[in-house]
Amino acid sequence: MSIYILCLILFAVGLYCLLVKRNLIKKIVGLGIMEYAVNLFFILLGYRHNGQAPILDKEQAIVNMVDPLPQALILTSIVIGLGVMALMVAITVRLYEKYRTFDIGEIRRLKG
Amino acid sequence: MIELHIVLVLMIIGAVVATEINDLLSSVIALGAVGFGLTLEFLLLRAPDLAITQLVVEILSVIILIRATIGTKICCDPIKTRAAYFVFAALFTGAFLAFSYRALAQLPAFGSPIMKMGAQYIQEAAAKTGAANIVSSVILDFRAYDTLGEATILFTSVIGVLAVLRLAGRNK
Repeated sequence: MSIYILCLILFAVGLYCLLVKRNLIKKIVGLGIMEYAVNLFFILLGYRHNGQAPILDKEQAIVNMVDPLPQALILTSIVIGLGVMALMVAITVRLYEKYRTFDIGEIRRLKG
Repeated sequence: MIELHIVLVLMIIGAVVATEINDLLSSVIALGAVGFGLTLEFLLLRAPDLAITQLVVEILSVIILIRATIGTKICCDPIKTRAAYFVFAALFTGAFLAFSYRALAQLPAFGSPIMKMGAQYIQEAAAKTGAANIVSSVILDFRAYDTLGEATILFTSVIGVLAVLRLAGRNK
């Protein structure tokens, strides 16, 4: 159970970073940390003690496998996370080129 | 499973460093350290496909984030935050932790998953799909529509990046 709590603490660190920091790159970093924590949480839920990886072998009987379903879903989630992060970084780069700052308060002030 | 705890504590330390450090490039590199810790966790949790994917994705995202930070003139910009932000964020995060701690009691214990669907996939994967790797048989056969949606999102985000970063604008 303590591993779940550590995972939630990792999520909370990302949430704090997203809420408090006003630098856009820091906000992206916070979102990335939250994404890692959620991915890890799903895989932790599917883990089984002394389990084996979900890969079949010819002469091996299926005795004790970890859950393959969260692994398959998180596999797609990781790739989507990369796409979303690329989009956020692209928008941030354009904002920096226009306003010459990463501070969202400053950007709001410059926008008028 | 003490090694899981050790790697996860290292990941939390890396996340705190990435949050609190002033230098943006150091923050991005600390995020990369957290991602590689996640790769180790996936290996320990018997998820080799995820470990490979996370490794590649982590390298790519660190490269993308370094591209965003390296050209900027302000390397170190301590941005001051108002005290009310700290208070509200601490309250919100604390409320989240309290509620999630209560919700943990409803979960199955670590190491004994429920596996209603997973057991069926494991039983039928070899006969129905002929794939040795059950994860790839799930994403490419049992839940192929899910993967189609994922590809849609991925290509939509690529189109968005191209539309935002394209230099040849009409008004420029």
